[in-house]
Amino acid sequence: MASSQRLRALALYKELHRLGREFEPSYDFHGKLRRLYEKSRHLTDEGEIEKAIQFGEYIKNETLALYSLRKYRHLRRMYPSGSSGDNSNGTMY
Amino acid sequence: MRPSAVRLLNILVPVKRAVDFAVKIRVNPEQTGIDLNVKHSMNPFDEIAVEEAVRLRERLKDAVKSIKVVTIGPPKAVETLRTALAMGADSAIHVEIPEGTPSPEPLAVAKTLRELVMRQKEGVDLIIMGKQAIDDDAGQTGQMLAGLMDWAQATFASKVDVDPSTKAANVTREIDGGLEQLKCQLPMVITTDLRLNEPRYASLPNIMKAKKKPIEKFTPADLGVDLTPRLRTLKVTEPPKRVGGGKVANVDELLVKLKEAGITPKRA
Repeated sequence: MASSQRLRALALYKELHRLGREFEPSYDFHGKLRRLYEKSRHLTDEGEIEKAIQFGEYIKNETLALYSLRKYRHLRRMYPSGSSGDNSNGTMY
Repeated sequence: MRPSAVRLLNILVPVKRAVDFAVKIRVNPEQTGIDLNVKHSMNPFDEIAVEEAVRLRERLKDAVKSIKVVTIGPPKAVETLRTALAMGADSAIHVEIPEGTPSPEPLAVAKTLRELVMRQKEGVDLIIMGKQAIDDDAGQTGQMLAGLMDWAQATFASKVDVDPSTKAANVTREIDGGLEQLKCQLPMVITTDLRLNEPRYASLPNIMKAKKKPIEKFTPADLGVDLTPRLRTLKVTEPPKRVGGGKVANVDELLVKLKEAGITPKRA
């Protein structure tokens, strides 16, 4: 495996591991991450390794999107639009 | 407070380490406050403020000379500063208060920030901060700071445009019933609303790079500010539990339930 690919794969693993900390614990993000990496540890063809890394990047982006969405939904519920309060009249929202 | 003489902008972004948005809030047994032994993270509105500062630099390029973040908090608040540095701030200031002391009140925060601004040799042209913190929802600090500094303010900003050559800003505000456009002269305070931007994710490489960025430390005593709370919290309780709704099988049952609840029909 080309060393640059190895570095990228490792960096991706660290990044995914860090992301997985906030995931729903029952999903076992870290366990799944490890098993997926172990499944492809034997790959030697550069093309196949590249595809695996791309898949990892895809998972990273999906996870980030999930977190974004969760935060956005939470905040929208806590602070509905129209409630940013120009409370000069003492109106309650 | 004189802003910088050359047409370069120095941006200050105050941030707060607050209880994380996803945490289930529990009142402590003494009913004096909430359980603070939970996950903390940067106040989401402050994340938006940091993001806006970084985006301003992306748009205005060299016109933004520096982006400094500042927080007033316990030693752990350094993590919050590191996140902001990882998002793109250049340096940070940590006003450290002992672990366990109550969070300072908005006026105390505003006074501390004013003191820091006055000590910045290069001046501060723009302060961008969250409109409120999700733990206390005070929504006062930005306004108080602008008042103390006698600066222009544009709160609940949903769009910010700065022209460094004229040192003016066009800010769109979200208010009840719509949007308001303001044109302000720098220096000024802007507080961010939810719809201003979507904060970027601080990637691991950026977090590593952020470890090298400088963090200046102060204590409230160094700045000559008194952070003692002026308000005394008497009691904290949970809101009354919502009584669940019930399902009815048919219209007749609905009428019976309505009667039970004391709702009587009006004569047509």
